[in-house]
Amino acid sequence: MTLKKNKEELRVRSIKNGSVIDHITAGNALNVLKILDIIGTTKAIVSVAMNVTSKRLPYGRKDIVKIEDRELIPAEVDKIALIAPQATINIIRDYEVVQKKSVVLPNVITHVVRCPNLNCISNSAEPVFSKFKVLDSLALRCSYCETIIDTDIAAYLI
Amino acid sequence: MFKKKHVISMQDLTREDVEFILDRAERMMPYAKSGVRLLQNRILALLFFEPSTRTQLSFDSAMKRLGGSTLNLTSEESSVLKGETLADTIKVVEEYADAIVLRHPREGAARMASEISRIPIINGGDGAGHHPTQTLLDLYTIKKESHLDNLDIALLGDLKYGRTAHSLVYALDMFGANIALVAPEGLQMPKHIIDSLNSVRLAEDVDDVIRDVDVLYVTRIQKERFPDQNEYLRVAKSYRLTLSVLDEVRENLIIMHPLPRVDEIAPEVDGTKYARYFKQAFYGIPVRMALLAILMNNAI
Repeated sequence: MTLKKNKEELRVRSIKNGSVIDHITAGNALNVLKILDIIGTTKAIVSVAMNVTSKRLPYGRKDIVKIEDRELIPAEVDKIALIAPQATINIIRDYEVVQKKSVVLPNVITHVVRCPNLNCISNSAEPVFSKFKVLDSLALRCSYCETIIDTDIAAYLI
Repeated sequence: MFKKKHVISMQDLTREDVEFILDRAERMMPYAKSGVRLLQNRILALLFFEPSTRTQLSFDSAMKRLGGSTLNLTSEESSVLKGETLADTIKVVEEYADAIVLRHPREGAARMASEISRIPIINGGDGAGHHPTQTLLDLYTIKKESHLDNLDIALLGDLKYGRTAHSLVYALDMFGANIALVAPEGLQMPKHIIDSLNSVRLAEDVDDVIRDVDVLYVTRIQKERFPDQNEYLRVAKSYRLTLSVLDEVRENLIIMHPLPRVDEIAPEVDGTKYARYFKQAFYGIPVRMALLAILMNNAI
């Protein structure tokens, strides 16, 4: 038992400074990185844990993302709620959690998700970013053509 | 009082806004043929990036009846052919005109234009999206030729893709109408719209509903929606409105159609007391006059 516990701790141990995004819906860790614009050439130290045991999330699995030396700001983290509504963000300074918050869906998201309607003006050569109103049901409605995305939002991430 | 700067989608308008416009349209009726100098020296730009004879002519006529003038730009003009963005076109035209009517093949084009433009934008149709002035003239026709309160209405035809049908049911729902939607299989109104309506029933056959309605609104069934042309011909035939379908209808039934029609309504129906589609087209003038006057000259 002790050995098992130690192994768990190793897997999810605290970082010195940075942000820990916990309780990500299992399977969405890479989408979270995409939303945060963390790509393969990033210089930051990023740890990703997928399908970690969770008592809180459906199917008992969650993903975790840890980004060292970067404190996420609300505008960045709230976008995560689109694909992981139960995610929590811990801001770490000197191994201590100095701030813990849940993600809150913004009312409007701009340039995060592309409109599935190929004939939408936001998918044209016009100088315009995609813009969606977030509906109560966690669906998105395009502010231009009013197309609704109510399933698999991750598939439309820019 | 109407406080909106642009008219892009019926969803932007409240019932009070719609009633205000219909009321002002009624005031414009005496001048719809004789004219009135309300917008003298004002210029309306008609930017039509896809053809629409009726809407373009109707706005042109409405502006001229108000004593104003129009600029016409079509997608064959040089700047568009040279690849100028719509955003740039709007920024240039707003220096030349006092309001813009925009028809564009892409959905959301008018909304984008309204975010850029200093002068009022009226959506004259954006792809398969909205066409609010069509809906306003439809409502005005219903108010004039039938009644808007406690209305029983059936919409017939391609309700899946037809933008006029989507905007119209949304507006009718604001007035508490009982709406029957009659469409061939696969062309029924999208579920999210049906779910938003308060009083709605679905049918596949016009015979099931025609005796119970005050208004029958017929829309075009578009050939290009059918992969199989034989299937199109079968459906188009079964949705054709003929004299025999009009047995036992309500005495005061009116039949509407946004036009142009193809085969949906047999010509012999034109001569019946029910037909209102040409009058409906005429009502586009007072409604558009009202809208132009409201947006460009709040004094009316």
